[in-house]
Amino acid sequence: MKNILKFALVAFLAIALVGCGSNTPSEEDPGTAAGECEFTVGLVTDTGGIDDRSFNQSAWEGLQKWAEEAGAEDCISYLQSSAETDYEPNLRQFGDDGTDLIVAVGYLFDESIKTIAPDYPESHFLVIDTTSDLDNVASAVFASEQGSFLVGVAAALKAQEMGSDTVGFIGGMESDLIMAFQAGYEQGVEAVDPNMTIYVDYANSFDDVAIGQSLAQKQYDAGASVIYHAAGNVGNGVINEAQERVGAGEEVWVIGVDRDQYEDGMLEGGESSVILTSMIKRVDTATYTVAKAAAEGNFTAEIHTYNMAEDGVGAETTEGRNLSADIIEAINGYRDQIVNGEIEVGTTRYITNGEHGTVAEFRALAEEAE
Amino acid sequence: MLKKYEKIIIPLVAIILGLLVGMLILLVSGLDVGALFSGLLQGATGIKSGSDLNLRYPGELLVTAIPLIFTGLAIGFAYRCGMFNIGADGQVIFGSLCAVSFALLVPLPGPLAAIGTLLAGGLGGAIWAFIPGILKVKFNISEVVTGIMLNYVALYGCNYFIRILPGSTDTKTAEIPLNASLESEFLSSITNNSRLHWGIVVVIIATILYWFIIEKTSFGYQLRATGFNKEGARYAGIKADRSVILSIMISGFLAGLAGSMLVQGTFTWGRILVASESYGFDGIAVALVGGCNALGIFLSGLLFALLSVSETILQVAGIPREIGQIISSSIIFFVAIQYIIKFFLDRSFKKKKRAVSSKEEAA
Repeated sequence: MKNILKFALVAFLAIALVGCGSNTPSEEDPGTAAGECEFTVGLVTDTGGIDDRSFNQSAWEGLQKWAEEAGAEDCISYLQSSAETDYEPNLRQFGDDGTDLIVAVGYLFDESIKTIAPDYPESHFLVIDTTSDLDNVASAVFASEQGSFLVGVAAALKAQEMGSDTVGFIGGMESDLIMAFQAGYEQGVEAVDPNMTIYVDYANSFDDVAIGQSLAQKQYDAGASVIYHAAGNVGNGVINEAQERVGAGEEVWVIGVDRDQYEDGMLEGGESSVILTSMIKRVDTATYTVAKAAAEGNFTAEIHTYNMAEDGVGAETTEGRNLSADIIEAINGYRDQIVNGEIEVGTTRYITNGEHGTVAEFRALAEEAE
Repeated sequence: MLKKYEKIIIPLVAIILGLLVGMLILLVSGLDVGALFSGLLQGATGIKSGSDLNLRYPGELLVTAIPLIFTGLAIGFAYRCGMFNIGADGQVIFGSLCAVSFALLVPLPGPLAAIGTLLAGGLGGAIWAFIPGILKVKFNISEVVTGIMLNYVALYGCNYFIRILPGSTDTKTAEIPLNASLESEFLSSITNNSRLHWGIVVVIIATILYWFIIEKTSFGYQLRATGFNKEGARYAGIKADRSVILSIMISGFLAGLAGSMLVQGTFTWGRILVASESYGFDGIAVALVGGCNALGIFLSGLLFALLSVSETILQVAGIPREIGQIISSSIIFFVAIQYIIKFFLDRSFKKKKRAVSSKEEAA
């Protein structure tokens, strides 16, 4: 017992001494290097973390792009939140450090931004996916329904190619934000084929892979040929299920969300993927644009909706992947119609959680209820 | 001599070994070990060489520590009474629901609202703990099994009720009235705008009461005696079944107060949880390292909170936030291992004694 104690103490002191010796290089770390920057940017992630393969990562990539162009690689930094309680202290950390632009990624930040932004009038803030009317906060929201419309078109056309009349949608939480994804998807599917049946399920989670897999199992068993997921990490369960089925000789597809998920859906051998296409939400465009404007002294505290016209949202249509040339052409056609206003995509969804049917059936039900 | 200081030495060794693991990992990955200590120092005191004193850090440290100390006390209390209240997590969640519902639905004047909300959370936790208690007494079902199951019931069930409270959005409830919260402009202003709230006073009172009830009252003695040997306690005239239920309900009350703290202090609204925030499970670690003793739990709650709040500072210094989690897990590991070491030490100590006494006999 005493020996253990002695050993521990000696080792502790030894390492502490070594540690103190190497103290100097830390002075150049991102935190302190900020002193030499004309303009500093700090990004606070939500609990998903910086490498979530989704919007946190995308937001950071946008900042990296700006920093590279501006030669300010040492002037951007991020803080990851381990829990919801970390949001305020992390934002304040950047505020206290005098960071010029503070980016909060996600709608869960709306309360903390409200409390904190007024305390740091010198700093500018950018909040993603939610809105704020404070005069040092810019908000970036996305017309997700427009991008979802295009992947709906892709889903319906692919189903037709396969001779199927059923597609699926799996959402994370049944919130306004995610229901807009469903709404756009419904309209896209309906535009191609009004008789297409859509299965709709919500996982009530953004991180439970197992639920994603079991919902996908249900929908594929019911005959869905393509499933669009708007459910963060839950979507990885959908991808797993599709990979297993394709491995067993079935033909099923998944549509990814937020960023190009093609790599995430790779099959054994790494030559093809179960990802048909992905709904792209350009969070990186938002962080890049705002960082650039703010660094040039042109920060505006406006609420900006990134829509299809300015490439804020869209569908991934790389040639030589799983979309046929015909489908890509059709997608581009609808894209132009949305951009020039011929098609207006709404945010009202009709098919309720756990149900299935054509959009027209459920629209009729909704109108009856009114 | 070993026995006497054992309770302090074991956790201290574990903490030192835990930090050692953290330092080794930093050394191996070529990161700055000094920054770990300056980060921890800054997190604990707000002192950082070369910059102004920032009392927001110790303020936030206390904010994080308050619910941890409460769940630590909850686990510790049950453990001292012979029970493993792994359902504390569900009690925290149900306590939060009760607190936020009370604050939003029952308007009371002045500080009564804050006190009512606080008690509502505690009572909610106690009610949630009553279920495993009564099942244990009536049907001899282990509180561990029912506790774990009830954690999930609380998590998903409470999300439903939070959503139907008036003014709730998809992610949270409306803000609770100002007089129902424990927010304090004074405490916040002396700690550079941290979220420090009056819960700190509540947690100190609770820690003292914990000590007093467990160590100094015959009521506490009865509860402990029941946990030690139920039949023995019954034989001694203690109402054993009643003691079992009371023990776990008091534990649940403490866990429920952690829920109140989250609603009234850290946030001022109820939240829809996507996953458990594991306050209940962290409480197990806090109680274990604190030796289930009032002061020990208070200090180990502060320690775990320090490791958690320092994550922000460490990230700024270029150290991955995971290091805090590695250190706290290592500490738990070493505390657990220490019991094994102690076991072997005790045995060899007894052997020696036996050898000595048999020699004496021979002589």
